[in-house]
Amino acid sequence: MTTIYLDYAATTPVDERVLAAMLPYFREHFGNPSSVHGPGQRAEAALERARATLAEVLGCAPEAVIFTSGGSEADNLALRGLALAAREQRGARHIVSTPVEHEAVKATCHQLRDHFGFELTEVPVDRYGQVSAAAVADALRDDTAVVAVIYGNNELGTINPIAAISAAARARGVPVHVDAVQAAGQLPLDVAALGVTTLALGAHKAYGPKGVGALYVAPGTTLLPVQTGGSHERGLRAGTPNVPLIVGLAEALRLAAAERDSHNARAITLRDRLIARILEWVPESALTGHPTERLPNHASFALRGVDGNALLMHLDLAGYAASSGSACKTGDPRPSDVLLACGLTPEWASGSLRLTVGRPTTAADIDGLLTTLPGLVARLRAPVAPASAGA
Amino acid sequence: MAQRVVIAMSGGVDSSVAAALLVRQGYDVVGLMMRLWGEPTQDAAFNRCCTPDALAQARRVAAQLEIPFYAVDAQTVFKTRIVDFFIDSYAAGLTPNPCIECNRHIRWEFLLNQALDLGADFLATGHYARVIAGETYQLLKAVDPHKDQSYVLGVLGQAQLKHALFPLGELTKPEVRALAREIGLPVADRPESQDLCFLADGDYRRFLREHAPASLRPGPIVRQDGTVVGEHQGLPLYTIGQRKGIGLCGPDPVYVIDLRPADNALVVGGAAELGRDRLSATRVHWVAGMPPEGPIQAEVKIRYKAPPQPALITPQPDGRATVLFETRLRDITAGQAAVFYQGEICLGGGIIVRAPDPSTGAAARNA
Repeated sequence: MTTIYLDYAATTPVDERVLAAMLPYFREHFGNPSSVHGPGQRAEAALERARATLAEVLGCAPEAVIFTSGGSEADNLALRGLALAAREQRGARHIVSTPVEHEAVKATCHQLRDHFGFELTEVPVDRYGQVSAAAVADALRDDTAVVAVIYGNNELGTINPIAAISAAARARGVPVHVDAVQAAGQLPLDVAALGVTTLALGAHKAYGPKGVGALYVAPGTTLLPVQTGGSHERGLRAGTPNVPLIVGLAEALRLAAAERDSHNARAITLRDRLIARILEWVPESALTGHPTERLPNHASFALRGVDGNALLMHLDLAGYAASSGSACKTGDPRPSDVLLACGLTPEWASGSLRLTVGRPTTAADIDGLLTTLPGLVARLRAPVAPASAGA
Repeated sequence: MAQRVVIAMSGGVDSSVAAALLVRQGYDVVGLMMRLWGEPTQDAAFNRCCTPDALAQARRVAAQLEIPFYAVDAQTVFKTRIVDFFIDSYAAGLTPNPCIECNRHIRWEFLLNQALDLGADFLATGHYARVIAGETYQLLKAVDPHKDQSYVLGVLGQAQLKHALFPLGELTKPEVRALAREIGLPVADRPESQDLCFLADGDYRRFLREHAPASLRPGPIVRQDGTVVGEHQGLPLYTIGQRKGIGLCGPDPVYVIDLRPADNALVVGGAAELGRDRLSATRVHWVAGMPPEGPIQAEVKIRYKAPPQPALITPQPDGRATVLFETRLRDITAGQAAVFYQGEICLGGGIIVRAPDPSTGAAARNA
């Protein structure tokens, strides 16, 4: 049985063109970009071409791009780097964030609070999990080190008004870090328009390889490096650059930007069909996240009284790979903090279902899911068949 | 299309080999692991049967066998049906066997329902026991007498056995280990499944002190004639036949004869007073679906590791039975299961009730 994959927000397959761009740098041009000799120079050239390519996607200078091992590392470098530098420079000791951040941001904020003496303010979100510039402005203080806000939420798909939030923060001289890992490949990444200080990116949700990411760092920003060592990446990220993966990252995000309009139009058609039919065909279902300001490939739901983990298991055995929104495979049914922050009751929040479409998704895939899902949900809501053992 | 089997996996060698055998036999195998309730500790709240390591191990095995694998939440049902039952039993002066209740309510009710719901025809476990299909389904001891686990499966009935597969029932433990090596399963000698898996450290006395302090009321230590000889720290801390740790000094060895919740008394006596030749069981369950028409000669196990003892079993109304042994047994313990056998066949069993007080003993004898 072939599985129909509807979890492109978790990860995507590597695009053939991206793979082709990467392959020469595993064996043919394997040099260390720091080396003096020809092979090293060729690797360095590829590295800097990738930096220039990505800079073009971001609308920034190549020097503003720092390559990392992924989106999580980029988030760590930005938050810890900005917070610790701001404390050193101006005695800042306060962080503003939101309850709908990815774990990479959330856990880093918590560590800065619990072990580095920062105060953390989580601004409230509305019922779509959306952050407002006004709420951020209210939370700002003179000693705020950094504001961290997610661009497109992984669990809800909700897009935050980054430009407005950045404007509010920068008016007070506070740097803004944005996690754009889920948004990369679907939303515009023009850092000037967004007005951000730092922006975290990954490749693998945009048909690039896993294990590589990047951080945009606005000119003039002071970051304390998190990973120390050699002077790679302007001294902000030590470690021999992973040239083939970096080439893949740049090519993936270049292609995504070039093909964004057609990709998004197609994804939105499939997404909206999923949303309309599920709300119509599954009783007591609700859309989570914003109805219109959401990622083009992202449909997420709360189903009252359904065990979300059990639903995923049933869907998988029926041939559909889906997600509850946050990857948890331990069988723990705790409802997601993000959904609770949006005001859902546990009875609804435990039954979360995320369906995300991708380039290979067809209308037939969606129709197949739509014929399967309502029956499965009904079965999971029905009291289980009696098979009780001896009295 | 192949019949679907759900295998309950623990990451251990037994359930891993069982899963591998089912795959070999051509079934459509799905691995499930239950997330059970575990006592919250400083670090986490993991049941010792399903730690993150055990989960990861089970995943590796499933990946190697190329079968789907899922973790299923059973924390709430396990807490109410097993942990609360465990606490309540001790509070009532009984010594419970939670493994039996787990098979009754968790594996062969909750998990079986999950399996049937997934479209499975069978639920398999790594237990050492056998099922024979005939006019009715019979539960048999495992071929390996050292590993036989039919004692904890005596609560199964026809509705469960028709869906039950025990792939290891015909094998010995050394054969299972050899198979694991042959198949190349990544199962080093992990500890066997844990008794009292929900306790953080296996110490049920500490668990009761922390989670059910009301069950531990000090009371008198008495002789059978009523003489008070000391004070105990709470009946659940003692077991029938116990000699050490009672806290009495004297020339002759003293044993725990009875736990008497009615007056919270710990009854002690000499070796000669220890032991009974009969017991009464409640919640008696017959694998065949109905009790025998009259008294039957059989063998009875009063603990998991106790040898079967010849006895006469007399079914009584209301799901009860009386058991008369040919010899006196020292450690008949209320709350434990008495499981009935005729040779290899497990007939069923019941839960041992408190011995009648001597005043009503005559009535019991005549029953």
